[in-house]
Amino acid sequence: MNKTIVFVAASLACSAVLAEEVRNYRAEALAMLKRDFKARGIATADRIFEDGLQAVCNRSGDNPPKAIAERLEKDQMDGIRYPADGKLMGDWKEGEKIAQSGRGMTWSDPAGIPAGGNCYNCHQIGPQETSFGTLGPSLYQYGKLRGNSPEIQKYTYGKIWNAKAYNLCSNMPRFGHAGALNEQQVRHLVALLLDPQSPVNSK
Amino acid sequence: MTPRLSTLTAVALMTASFAVQAQQPAKKPLSKAPPATKAAAEDKSAITKEFEKFREVLEEDNPAELFEARGEDIWKNKKGPDGASMAQCDLGLGPGVVKGAYVQMPRHFADVGQVMDAERRVVHCMVKYLGYKEADIRKQPFSNDARTPDHVSVITWVAGQSRNMKIAAPKKHPKEIEAFEIGKEIFAYRAGPYDFSCATCHGDDGKRIRTQDLPNLRKPDQAIRAYQGWPGYRMTGGFMLTQQWRMNDCFRQQRFPEPTYLSDSVTALLTYMTVTANGQQYKGPGIKR
Repeated sequence: MNKTIVFVAASLACSAVLAEEVRNYRAEALAMLKRDFKARGIATADRIFEDGLQAVCNRSGDNPPKAIAERLEKDQMDGIRYPADGKLMGDWKEGEKIAQSGRGMTWSDPAGIPAGGNCYNCHQIGPQETSFGTLGPSLYQYGKLRGNSPEIQKYTYGKIWNAKAYNLCSNMPRFGHAGALNEQQVRHLVALLLDPQSPVNSK
Repeated sequence: MTPRLSTLTAVALMTASFAVQAQQPAKKPLSKAPPATKAAAEDKSAITKEFEKFREVLEEDNPAELFEARGEDIWKNKKGPDGASMAQCDLGLGPGVVKGAYVQMPRHFADVGQVMDAERRVVHCMVKYLGYKEADIRKQPFSNDARTPDHVSVITWVAGQSRNMKIAAPKKHPKEIEAFEIGKEIFAYRAGPYDFSCATCHGDDGKRIRTQDLPNLRKPDQAIRAYQGWPGYRMTGGFMLTQQWRMNDCFRQQRFPEPTYLSDSVTALLTYMTVTANGQQYKGPGIKR
């Protein structure tokens, strides 16, 4: 009995030492961010808090256990809102304008103005635009390589609406889920990528 | 001094007109004129090359020196209400010692029991010794077309006093280690409507946004790029911007709310990035487009 008490006391002491050494800098960082960041314009203060998905990605270094990733991806997938009329392709010319625009969601953007898609910031898309980013893969010839079957349309629409439904910790924003792009805008972007007339799919 | 200043003023005017030219392609609505866009893109890259050449020439006679001169004047000649001066300000190397201090911050300052980055420390001293009101500084922390605040000029001078020195931010004091570790967490923290962290754009090698190269700030040889050129003379506008401004604008583009000026979070982030860049050479106040 005495031995047990000594053992318990010793292990408690050990864990106290351990707690002293292994500090939870993540928790300290979150408390600091909460204290230091203030609402400005449309950028509300609550944006500093991670949502459930972000927390899983943050805690796992963007590499969550497969079983968790699959379950959470399904939740994201279930939340994708497809247009009621089932029409997923809009006007590629409108899509190009949306893809070019990088505005939206910052504290210097006015309220009530539709956001841009920010697409060229990270992707090569149309061949005529040589000022494109490389954070995401090239989308040039996207439709030429995949066709524009209903399945491809659905996948493309879903991916723009919520990229995390397909890859939980993807770098790509969840444009529809976040309320940045509406159904009509996403439709135009789908057309930019899939319409055979779109320069994306020209030779 | 006077002929030198007039040369610099002339250079400043030149840069302002160049800046107007450089902005042209960005204003062109690309989507409206598909056949012309390739030419526009070539123009753009030609302008980028031209700018790089121009920057080399300019760094000989950087208009930032105008602000350095103003900052030096404030540091050396201005007196507080009770006769105090910046000679009493300790930037980490002893009262009044400025040479080499910029590249050795952020650091822990025992008098306040806090880690402070260079900008925070300079403002702290200007409030303490020269009688500046912190609330006034917070009203306009960054420069704009109308005004470059005094503290920005002083920071520019202090930075110039570390020209061509190696970055050596200390990571010894427990609070310095804490700031570094918290900064590292903030760097990787994804939140906001677009799920962005600093690392989303600055966590990989060889990436770009549009044509803008993105340094991987987790690596020492690239971390210098978040440090180099700040404070920077912004040609499109003709004023000085500091590293605190750079962090603020990154958070804006990250779609975060706004960090309070001179807050612990920004100091922690600067500690992480500066310590990561230790050993690299700082070239002094720079020129930004």
